[in-house]
Amino acid sequence: MVPLTAYLVVAAFLFCVGVYGTLARRNAIAILMSIELMLNAVNLNLVAFWRFNTTDTNPLNALQTGMAGQAFTAFVFVIAAAEAAVGLALIIALYRARQTVIAESADSLKD
Amino acid sequence: MSWTNANILPWLIPVPPLIAFVVIILGVGRYKTLTHITAIAAIALSWLFSFAEVLAAFGTHDLGTATGGIFGNSFTWLSNGNSAAFGSISMGVAVDPLTSIMLFMVPLACLLIFIYSLGYMNDDPRTTRFFAYLSLFASAMLVLVVADNLLMLFIGWEVMGLCSYLLIGFWYEKESAYKAAIKAFMTTRVADVIFLIGIAYLWASTGTLNFRAVLSDPSVLHMLGTTPAIGGLLGLTAAGVIGICIVIGTIGKSAQFPLHVWLPDAMEGPTPVSAMIHAATMVSAGVYLVIRMYPVLSAGGNPEQGIYSAPMVLMAVVGSFTALFAASIAITQNDIKRVLAYSTISQLGFMIAALGVGAYAAAAFHLITHAFFKALLFLGSGSVIHGMEHGEHTVHAAHAVHQGADAHEIAAEQGTRLEPDAHGDPAEHGTTPAPVFDPQDMRNMGGLWRTMPVTAITFIIGGMSLAGLPIVTAGFWSKDEIFAEAWAAGSHNALGLMVFIVLAFAAFLTAVYTFRQIAMTFLGTPRTEAAQYALHNDGTVKGRRINAQLVAPLIVLAFFAIFAGFVGVNPGFWLLGPALAGWPQISAPFAHWVNQGLIDAPTVLPFNIIPVFVSFLVFGLGAWVGWLAYVRPYHENRVRAGEPDPVEKYIGSDFYRLAASKYYIDQAYNRFLVAPINWLSRVFAPQIVDNGVIDPVLNWIAGAMVVIGNTARAFNTVVIDGVSDGIPEALYGLARSLRSVQNGQIQRYLLYALAAAILIGVNLAPAVIFDPSQARTVIVVMIFIEVVLAGAIVYIAANRAQASHGEGD
Repeated sequence: MVPLTAYLVVAAFLFCVGVYGTLARRNAIAILMSIELMLNAVNLNLVAFWRFNTTDTNPLNALQTGMAGQAFTAFVFVIAAAEAAVGLALIIALYRARQTVIAESADSLKD
Repeated sequence: MSWTNANILPWLIPVPPLIAFVVIILGVGRYKTLTHITAIAAIALSWLFSFAEVLAAFGTHDLGTATGGIFGNSFTWLSNGNSAAFGSISMGVAVDPLTSIMLFMVPLACLLIFIYSLGYMNDDPRTTRFFAYLSLFASAMLVLVVADNLLMLFIGWEVMGLCSYLLIGFWYEKESAYKAAIKAFMTTRVADVIFLIGIAYLWASTGTLNFRAVLSDPSVLHMLGTTPAIGGLLGLTAAGVIGICIVIGTIGKSAQFPLHVWLPDAMEGPTPVSAMIHAATMVSAGVYLVIRMYPVLSAGGNPEQGIYSAPMVLMAVVGSFTALFAASIAITQNDIKRVLAYSTISQLGFMIAALGVGAYAAAAFHLITHAFFKALLFLGSGSVIHGMEHGEHTVHAAHAVHQGADAHEIAAEQGTRLEPDAHGDPAEHGTTPAPVFDPQDMRNMGGLWRTMPVTAITFIIGGMSLAGLPIVTAGFWSKDEIFAEAWAAGSHNALGLMVFIVLAFAAFLTAVYTFRQIAMTFLGTPRTEAAQYALHNDGTVKGRRINAQLVAPLIVLAFFAIFAGFVGVNPGFWLLGPALAGWPQISAPFAHWVNQGLIDAPTVLPFNIIPVFVSFLVFGLGAWVGWLAYVRPYHENRVRAGEPDPVEKYIGSDFYRLAASKYYIDQAYNRFLVAPINWLSRVFAPQIVDNGVIDPVLNWIAGAMVVIGNTARAFNTVVIDGVSDGIPEALYGLARSLRSVQNGQIQRYLLYALAAAILIGVNLAPAVIFDPSQARTVIVVMIFIEVVLAGAIVYIAANRAQASHGEGD
């Protein structure tokens, strides 16, 4: 059986990739994708902790033992989808306004 | 408890006129008829409530005694938070025997005056405003009467002061009217302030203003009567100081010497207002107050044994002096209303003096009978004035027809034919055409009994009641009661005897001036054409419409001016006394009824022949003198318009002029009070204080300020500006270097956030991993290292951001 640590390492790696992408990529779409990566890393963590916290290993008994981990993950999916929709809409609006999707060029906050 | 309960009902008595006032002011006043209906309906409702209350009171035979209690209801209005009741003020109503007789008189007199006003003020352009004020006036008086504590009484008292101001100055186009209004307001205000001090002192001494709690508790009265006043003022007791303050309040409100000057001037108001002020409300309130507070005023003394407290001595002296003083002025006045005004002052003096010698019930009795006959006399004089004005109109119109509409000619003729009155008042109604003609001047009247018989008969009834025509009139019985009490007091000490003699002489003068007034007004033949054509407004001459609104109140009041006296006949009086002692409706004669509201009710005096004899004697002498001096000359038309008064040549013109000028008291006030105050405000303050003192001081201060300002400016330029310019410069430099950090790029911000998150995690981790008890030390060390690192990172990042700015992907 694969130990919990393995899942956590994978999730941490995935999260770091997301962080790097978010901070380092200049294309706004790539930044959005990187955010999705971080969310999925968290999803992985949630499912892994849920799986290893449940004493009854039979998935058929999940209804009795609780499905909190999976339910949370499902919520995160939904929120990620909504966030992607909003994010893409923002990027399109940005593109229309500036003819570019480079995040650095959207620096009017400093003004 | 239903509202018809006798405990609750008093609350409702003042309410209808108050509502009428509000409603009329807020809009109903645009419609004259509706206003009249509202006002009359409201006062009639008040009268009905009062009547029901009075019946309930008369039906309770032991009302006011320890066993019978009183009707009343109250609630805590102002709680001062003390655990004990001390100092909390409650509002409430109470009806004891004294209140019950006031509730009998006040609403009835008000109702009659309202009805009379319908006719009298019908042609006035501001009639609706008049009824609004009159309603408020009546409401305030009723509040005062039903109040169960001094504060609520004071509220009614002050509202009446306001209303008297508004109504005396009702015809404010006339200078004399608004001046009289201000005079009345200011004069009573002087007294009211002192009265308020008395209220405060009473409250501070006893912790309550409730009548029952103060006046019916022997321990409280004893405490007040024995405690020395604050600072041992003049050796008075607390009750003495409180009582003197209260008596001064009454001296102002009831126009006693030396604060009497406002009342004759109050004649500038419409005549129904005069009746209201003189009978039902204002001056009655003052006397009611001292009667109500009598237990406090007499605390520390024992009037039945001739030991008088200081307030009682004050009342006896002021009251008896005023009675004589005002009566002597009344003899010399020619204005029909001014005679009555001084007569009121004199009669109020009787009441105050009576109270001063302990005649509690007699004062209350005279208050009631006086209200009825004085209201009658004022309304009668209003009828006369009304008639004279219309007579003048008639004469004027007739001349206009005869001579064409040449106004100058008419005016010239008026001036020669009618005697111009140099110091008389201008016409009461502003519509009178000829300004030289005074419809209130009795010298222009005469023979009015022919044209106005109902007015004449009722006026003569009122006058006889005022003069004290024995046996048949109310005024005789109440005045006789005062004489009896004063005579009894005179057997104890000289003060009582003095009061008795002075009042007897005043009563003699009363009879004289009453006969003079009746003779000048109604007897003989008309001395002017206006009097000849005086309007027959009482409708007794053929072809004239009966003005019931003017006549009916006169007849009702005339009834009371005669019969109101029989409730107070001493049981010992020959024949009448025993017959009247057990009236079916009233379980006891008047004095007995009123006295039982006191804790130590004085016994009703046994019948004594001497004061009754004096009553007869002074009336008889006064009537005889009045007959010789006035009735015969005027009846036989030996006095022409404009001739000096027939008495003047007997008593000497010097003394006559002194009295006719009201003993120059107004002039003295003008010279010694008004003129100095005017000088203070017009000369002293602006020229001496302002120009001489305040301006130089201000100039000097201003100069000093300029010097200080210049010094400060130099300091400012060098030091403050240096510092204050330096600080922004430094901040600006700092900001410029930090501005590069905030470059608006979202990824840079996220990087800072990540760095912060890592730092926090790295800081907390060793504290958890190592010994938690050493966490603080570890964290401090870590933070030191990290601040250095973070500074380096920020520096590098900032440089990198500047370097990379503008690069493409």
